[in-house]
Amino acid sequence: MKEALNRIREEAIAAILDANAENTIEELRVRYLGKKGELTSILKQMGSLSPEERPVMGQLANDVRKELDAKIAEKAADLKKKAEELRFRAETIDVTLPGKRPVIGSRHPLETVMDDIKEIFLGMGFNVADGPEVEYDHYCFEMLNMPKHHPARDTQDTFYINENVLLRTQTSSVQIRTMLSQKPPIRVISPGRVYRVDTVDATHSPIFHQVEGLVVDKGITMADLKGTLAEFIHKLYGKDIGVRFRPHHFPYTEPSAEMDMECFKCHGKGCALCKNEGYIELLGCGMVRPEVLEGCGIDSSVYSGFAFGVGADRITMMRYGINDLRVLFENDMRFLQQF
Amino acid sequence: MNAPFSWIKEYTDLEDVSVKELCDALTLSGSKVERTTCEADEIKGVVTGKVLEMHRHPNSDHLWVCSVDVAGETPVQIVTGAQNVSVGDVVPVALDGASLPGGVHINKGKLRGEISEGMMCSLGELNLTVHDFPECIEDGIAILNPDTPVGEDITKILGLDDVSIEFEITSNRPDCMCVSGLGREAAATFRRPFRFPAPTVQKAIGDVKDLLKVINETPDNCLRYCGAIVQNVRVKPSPEWMRHRLRLCGVRPINNIVDITNYVMLEYNQPMHAFDYRNVKDGTIVIRQAKEGEHIVTLDDVDRELNPEIMVIADTEKPIAVAGVMGGEYSGTYDDTHTVIFESACFNGINVRLTEKALGMRTESSIRFEKELDPANTRPALMRALQLVEELDAGDVVYGIVEVSGNTPERKHLPLDPDQINRFLGTDLPGDEMVRILRSLEFEVSDDMIVTPPTFRGDILLMNDIAEEIARLYGYDKIPSTIMTGVATAIPSDRQHFEKALASRLVASGLYETKTYSFMGVKTLDLIGVPEDSPLRKVVKISNPFGDDTAYMRTTMLPSMLEVVAKNANARVPSAALFEIGVVFLADEDENKLPQEPKELVIASYNDLDFFGIKGILEDVCDEFNMGTLRCEPLTTGNMYHPGKAATVYAGDIELGTMGELLPKIASNFNIKEKVTIAQISVEKLFEAKGETKRFSPLPKFPALTRDLALVADLATPSATLEKEIRSACGDILENLKVFDVYTGEKIQAGKKSIAYSLTLRHSDRTLKDEEADAAIKRALKRLEAVGAFIRS
Repeated sequence: MKEALNRIREEAIAAILDANAENTIEELRVRYLGKKGELTSILKQMGSLSPEERPVMGQLANDVRKELDAKIAEKAADLKKKAEELRFRAETIDVTLPGKRPVIGSRHPLETVMDDIKEIFLGMGFNVADGPEVEYDHYCFEMLNMPKHHPARDTQDTFYINENVLLRTQTSSVQIRTMLSQKPPIRVISPGRVYRVDTVDATHSPIFHQVEGLVVDKGITMADLKGTLAEFIHKLYGKDIGVRFRPHHFPYTEPSAEMDMECFKCHGKGCALCKNEGYIELLGCGMVRPEVLEGCGIDSSVYSGFAFGVGADRITMMRYGINDLRVLFENDMRFLQQF
Repeated sequence: MNAPFSWIKEYTDLEDVSVKELCDALTLSGSKVERTTCEADEIKGVVTGKVLEMHRHPNSDHLWVCSVDVAGETPVQIVTGAQNVSVGDVVPVALDGASLPGGVHINKGKLRGEISEGMMCSLGELNLTVHDFPECIEDGIAILNPDTPVGEDITKILGLDDVSIEFEITSNRPDCMCVSGLGREAAATFRRPFRFPAPTVQKAIGDVKDLLKVINETPDNCLRYCGAIVQNVRVKPSPEWMRHRLRLCGVRPINNIVDITNYVMLEYNQPMHAFDYRNVKDGTIVIRQAKEGEHIVTLDDVDRELNPEIMVIADTEKPIAVAGVMGGEYSGTYDDTHTVIFESACFNGINVRLTEKALGMRTESSIRFEKELDPANTRPALMRALQLVEELDAGDVVYGIVEVSGNTPERKHLPLDPDQINRFLGTDLPGDEMVRILRSLEFEVSDDMIVTPPTFRGDILLMNDIAEEIARLYGYDKIPSTIMTGVATAIPSDRQHFEKALASRLVASGLYETKTYSFMGVKTLDLIGVPEDSPLRKVVKISNPFGDDTAYMRTTMLPSMLEVVAKNANARVPSAALFEIGVVFLADEDENKLPQEPKELVIASYNDLDFFGIKGILEDVCDEFNMGTLRCEPLTTGNMYHPGKAATVYAGDIELGTMGELLPKIASNFNIKEKVTIAQISVEKLFEAKGETKRFSPLPKFPALTRDLALVADLATPSATLEKEIRSACGDILENLKVFDVYTGEKIQAGKKSIAYSLTLRHSDRTLKDEEADAAIKRALKRLEAVGAFIRS
């Protein structure tokens, strides 16, 4: 019997080592260790052994079973791993092939910039006001301290519909409408399309886009104007961009200023983008003139305020490195697809 | 406004200040510097040289071989073709390696076998003219003063190393449109004394009253008129220093009399005029409005018709100048002029603007007057002119000035409240410092803090104006930056939110957003087949457009979109799917009322989305904004669509707009060969159709059954009809109904189509039985039969 056990053991081990498929291993397990397996049938002969031999043989048979069990498990694991490796190899993909992209269009870059500007001011408590593009001269000029024949009208060459109606040259007209319809405190921006008689070239267009802003409240100071606009630039371009304010003139604000921002490309050192000035002229601003407030029925001895206006087209061009304004309005798919 | 650095320095001590420091400081105190230019930057390696010897060139009958002393170890040899040079002349010599204006480089070389170590220069080669150097000739070498030292840099000798600074002067500061005004700003900015002595005349003959009479008939428009007379005029070129300054300011020197008037304008911002006394009848100047039908030939040789809005300077007979704008043909000075009248006047700015407009002309004089000048400046400016006449020996000054006043504005007196100004600026400046700043700008400040601005500062009207003066000289950069206090909440309106969400959704559907001009052409509406009686014909017309192509405001977004399509297609972009949300303008009957400005959405595609592609996007929009089901009804009456591929689009009962395939004829009007599918949707209507926030439906607990129905129906039967029957037959248990196949062709009888639906059926409270589903299908088939649809066998 002992020989029989040893024979089974050797035979089985050889077969296990030889096996190269997972189902072969399963077959071997059944053949040697199954209920009707060779080892089981040997053990059935235990009854014919002497009482002394029985425990010895029993022990041996158990050892063989354990050993074969372990060998089978080990081999099975080995084969499974190998099979998996094979499968992985077969399934290997070329990860350098392009991805499958969803079909999505894009916002026009100008709208993206306008939205960004709106977001920033919404976050600072400015509501967004819309107003008509065809506007009364009265709202666009006269109430902004630019009566007929005012020299400052020269800088805003205007398309007229008739003597009293025009294409707005600035969205400040919306600020007038806001002040007429709403009591202070006012914090509002008016984004939109404006028109000036300007022939089309790389930097000029008869139609462009502005975001103008207005604050009217008790105790608003020029320091507030500086702080608010600096914050705007920091949010749009990052904390490390410096700004400077220069005196300027607008008929509807006094003091008036132009705000330059440190060139975001060279950080003030001077480069082609900023024409070696280190600064880029960005927006006009100032403290609202009392005549303008009073004209809208706001008591200028109680309230003060500031206003500003920024050109969205220029910001868009600078942000994306667009050197010709015309491409913004040509809408070539190859341009639009870049955003 | 251009001003030479050297001239600005005359008014204050800037010896320790560089050009750059001056420009930076003035930019920050309110006089923005646009750029600086220096003629010497373009001229390198040109020195003065004295011609020692000249010989005929052995191989040429017109060239000269010259030996020129340039203060080197040995003279240089230069070959020249110029014929105006003689031994002993001092001339500009461009040496080997020199550079000249326009990027010209001079190198040593051989001319017909003779070495030439450089080139003698003409005025033109140095970018100068005989107006600047009248002692030289136009087409020959510039012969310099014989006493000029040799070997010196020509730019220093000719004063070309001066820097001309170009300022951007805002319209409220005409006082800075002159060099003394900029000098005053520089002095105040650097806190140094301003040097501007009052001009005087040493010697005068006769009495002006015997020669000149001035009558002001239009006191509202002529605020002041000062006249003076110079006799025994000696017309000649003005001295070099004056020509130099005029040149750097961009003014061409003419002769001493004209140059004096220009010089005073540049120095005092006071336009002046010089009349030949012979041409002023009766020695009488009358300032009056022009008469209807009166004419004048102005100095530019144009005959101009005048009207009573235009103010003229006249004698007792005729107008001799358009006041403040330009002189007439008889008003100039000539080589044989013996006596001149100098005019220094102040005219109403608005009147000058009206005149500019009426005559369509602007001059150096009128661009100053239109900004309102200072009447008090007329007399000192005239004195300055007379002082220059004396200094330049241009004639004999007649004693006295005739001065006539008009209606001048009263001077302002404003209280200075330092606390108020600090509260306004957000600063903490002592009152003393404010007073110091204001006085440095020649504002008078009394002990009881009443501020009287100088007469040349007509822009100072209010506390704000004074605050700006203080702020800009204190330095805008020193004002703190603060964050506003107070609570403010801001949220976009529903409409603003919707428009942004709509655009985002369209982008997510694969559309690219465009931005086009809001103009349209006179013929645009014809190009897209808009009927004559359409409301789209109520256009807003621009009274001063660029041209016919941009003369109207658009009443529809379609044409500009089709232009974009054409541009892309013609640039061989293989396909496009585009949208734009924009304003259209619908005129009111009353042209003094503003037009309506509704917003429109236009979608267009070629070689990408077909009818169903765009319809699908609109269905998705309806879904996204809970507008109910999108519905299309065939549109056969449109003038712009393929009659079989066009629809009116509804969300529920709200008509949103139209869509369809563009008629080939209209496409070709825009030079488009491709098939274009478009949708024109009212954003106003979309917003109106927008539903409430979507409500959650509980997830199904019971399984669903699916059934497919392949039907055959008449070609003309719309799917909507079949769907309607299926829906009413199935009732609540129909969860979803989808078309999955439409077929026409050989396998189907002619005039018929096959259309296959997939139905998802589910009961919300229990498991739906097969029999129930089958019964529903049976009911549906029965109803479908009634509309001529049968199950496909």
